[in-house]
Amino acid sequence: MTRESTAPNGRYLLKGATLPNGDGADILIEGGRIVSTGTGAADAATTVIDAAGLVALPGLVDLHTHLREPGFEQSETVLTGTRAAAAGGFTAVFAMANTLPVSDTAGVVEQVQALGQAAGYATVRPIGAVTVGLAGELLSEIGAMAQSRAAVRVFSDDGKCVHDSLLMRRALEYVKTFDGVVAQHSQDPRLTENAQMNEGALSSELGLKGWPAVAEESIIARDVLLAEHVGARLHICHLSTAGSVDVVRWAKARGIQVTAEATPHHLLLTEELIRSYDARYKVNPPLRRDEDVQALRAGVADGTIDIIATDHAPHPRESKECEWDAAAFGMVGLESALPVVQTALVDTGLLDWADVARVLSNQPARIGRLTGHSHSFENGAAANITLVDPAARSVFELDRLHGKSTNTPYEGVTLSGSVRWTFHQGFPTLRDGVLADTAETATAAREFARSQEVNA
Amino acid sequence: MRHLLSTKDLSRAEAIQILDIAEDMADVQTREVKKLPTLRGKTVVNLFFEDSTRTRISFEAAAKRLSADVINFAAKGSSVSKGESLKDTAQTLAAMGADGVVIRHHASGAPQVLAQSDWIDAGVVNAGDGTHEHPTQALLDAFTMRRRLHPGASRGKDLDGVSVVIVGDILHSRVARSNLWLLRALGAQVTFVAPATLVPVGASTWPVELSFDLDATLAATRPDVLMMLRIQSERMNAAYFPNAREYARQWGLSDERLARLRPDSIVMHPGPMNRGLEISAGAADSTQSTVLEQVANGVSIRMAVLYLLLSGEREALS
Amino acid sequence: MARTVLQQADTARALTRISHEILESNRGADDLVILGIPTRGVLLAERIGRLIVEIEPGEGTDAGLTGARRDAADLVGSLDITMYRDDLSKHPTRTPQPTQLPRQGIDGKTVVLVDDVLYSGRTIRAALDALNDLGRPRAVRLAVLVDRGHRELPIRADFVGKNLPTSRDERINVRLAEIDGVEEVTIEG
Repeated sequence: MTRESTAPNGRYLLKGATLPNGDGADILIEGGRIVSTGTGAADAATTVIDAAGLVALPGLVDLHTHLREPGFEQSETVLTGTRAAAAGGFTAVFAMANTLPVSDTAGVVEQVQALGQAAGYATVRPIGAVTVGLAGELLSEIGAMAQSRAAVRVFSDDGKCVHDSLLMRRALEYVKTFDGVVAQHSQDPRLTENAQMNEGALSSELGLKGWPAVAEESIIARDVLLAEHVGARLHICHLSTAGSVDVVRWAKARGIQVTAEATPHHLLLTEELIRSYDARYKVNPPLRRDEDVQALRAGVADGTIDIIATDHAPHPRESKECEWDAAAFGMVGLESALPVVQTALVDTGLLDWADVARVLSNQPARIGRLTGHSHSFENGAAANITLVDPAARSVFELDRLHGKSTNTPYEGVTLSGSVRWTFHQGFPTLRDGVLADTAETATAAREFARSQEVNA
Repeated sequence: MRHLLSTKDLSRAEAIQILDIAEDMADVQTREVKKLPTLRGKTVVNLFFEDSTRTRISFEAAAKRLSADVINFAAKGSSVSKGESLKDTAQTLAAMGADGVVIRHHASGAPQVLAQSDWIDAGVVNAGDGTHEHPTQALLDAFTMRRRLHPGASRGKDLDGVSVVIVGDILHSRVARSNLWLLRALGAQVTFVAPATLVPVGASTWPVELSFDLDATLAATRPDVLMMLRIQSERMNAAYFPNAREYARQWGLSDERLARLRPDSIVMHPGPMNRGLEISAGAADSTQSTVLEQVANGVSIRMAVLYLLLSGEREALS
Repeated sequence: MARTVLQQADTARALTRISHEILESNRGADDLVILGIPTRGVLLAERIGRLIVEIEPGEGTDAGLTGARRDAADLVGSLDITMYRDDLSKHPTRTPQPTQLPRQGIDGKTVVLVDDVLYSGRTIRAALDALNDLGRPRAVRLAVLVDRGHRELPIRADFVGKNLPTSRDERINVRLAEIDGVEEVTIEG
């Protein structure tokens, strides 16, 4: 069978792109794969994209996305969430388990995975709940989820902490059986009852109940020791404090199999924004002090923090247009992630583009056991590619958002960098900043799936 | 002044202006005709998401003495308790033509959210929000201090050099916070006395002396003003202190502690008092106590605030 | 350009004449209260009070002051009308001034209101309302330094320093030594 007849997604030449290592290259894509990287010639059937000045990254991978489907479709669906992902340069997202019903059975995770595959904007890898109903009492059917078509490898009760020490120990051990990892939302529930923002002088002044750093750090300290004791992998969601970075740094030095993530917002924003009582800044874990932001940045730069994940958390307008205590926690983050990372870490000299590829693609893919993403543009690699214009600098506006919700903290903020093109399985889901049509994308995804079956 | 949301953003001049206008209002309270026509035709809504009869009737008296129409909107038993949002409530009040909204809310910052929103274009007065601020209480406290310290000649005066000791549940007290910012703006020195469990995290960065020991503080400071805060019984259940007896012994104003105060020191309490817990009956009823003056002064302060917010032409939305 | 219409000596002569007229119409200084309307009306009222005491030093009217010479403070007070204005919502918020009545009060007295300029009459209307809430005078009279016409209410002055026909576009500036450093009345076109 010739390549042309099975090439569902056309042939593209990304001309003059800059690879993460700084080399210039023409990247030829065909049949959902990278055909060549070097100096390529175009024929008439090839769509040539002028990538001069654009940085080519392996498709971005978000290990922490809330797609809200099933159950909270007024906030987001798999389709709208993955459109937002494509607009933000992501070609794979891990969908958190706090859906309704909770993603704690093979049935739910297979449904989510299938919705993602049908939409075609990004590879959707469901995350399974650690405990039934996220209730923190009984282990969910981890094995069934791992062996389902969704091939779940990441398990998390995110939004809630697996706070029972014995249950956490068992979860770490049991998940190891299936080469999975527990992604812990580190929050001592008793220390954070009705907590509203970072605990400190500002929370005291504003009269908002404090979410103390120690409530995060104490759980992380316990969990790394548990992981060491049982020899399991542990992933820590959204580190937010300087103390947490210290604990993880210590654990890694000790050889514990721990990985850690930080969100873009914790790398850029501080609690000072909450003086406005504007609920767009309400997030869990809360925005912290400037010292914490600086410590997180240093942690990303020295590798203590392995990845950056968005914690994209859409909420309907009414959940944010209200008094602070009543508002929902969370921010959307897929479309703003790359610009925030560039602004906070690249422009400041802490990361180069190879580091960005590492923290936003290679490492999250590795932690989540995701194939086809952690490539370095070698021939034959899956054509999941993101092209970024690092010279762009613009005011972030709501029209940059493509999900259902608009709860971004960045409206009106000037950010560097702009995602121009996103290729998912060789198909351009984002074209010079414009999202591909929904029907066309779904068709391309169907054709790609068929071609994979044929080629297999 | 468009809104009164906190004392944190009041300058000394603004604070003194409010206190001075309250003097004029207090003069009116001594006349036979206690009413002024100033806010005739204006509508003030008392929007209370939290029960407080005292504060509500104080604002109501203030508004009525300025001839405003008053609508009391208690959230309990209304559509709000059935889940109506602050936004919908505000838009409803706007549609009814409210010129001023006096809001008390259990959520800190709710008055600011209301003031910043485009839901309603009314002057907003914070009548107590969560554990954030209660600016009119602080203003009436400062007014009461100023009148006691400068009898008959308080107009234009600040509180430079006045020492104020505030005792009790600082952590949950919006009164303590509002008092601290206002008293500092007026030049007073403030000390908070409380068990460590009831001192807000980070308060050491505030412009206030912190102490755990009431007796030592009274001996060292010889304060002009001693303000006792209400202690709520539910705090005991949450392990902030062991029991009422221990609290009263350590941090209550007993007759014995009262006797050790300077004879011209004044004793304040924002009310309602727990007699025998944070304040003894003897202290509450002593001539040094200003508890009832505080209530009377509350009306004058609230008249001054409503006057400043609602009488002039509405400042353009910023 | 501003044109001076009253100089220091003119103002002094006008106030002296007004003081005599007040005494004449009241048949003396007994039961007389002079209330100035802030800001400049209060200064004018104080001057008139002093002139009246100079002209009729007689006995104070206060029971406690029997035999003592009459003091201007027994006659003179201030009446703030801010809270009674009908144009509050058309201007930025005004800071009210204190109202201070002489100890004798105003019940049963002849109250002479004093203001610098009489124009639309609305200030005086507000002052009458304010007086009404303070007590019940036997009679209320009005003294002004300048009457510039253009009344919008049925109000007239009993004692006038100078009638100044003006156009509505012109501005009358009354400057008094105590607060303005100079003593003059000017018209600006």
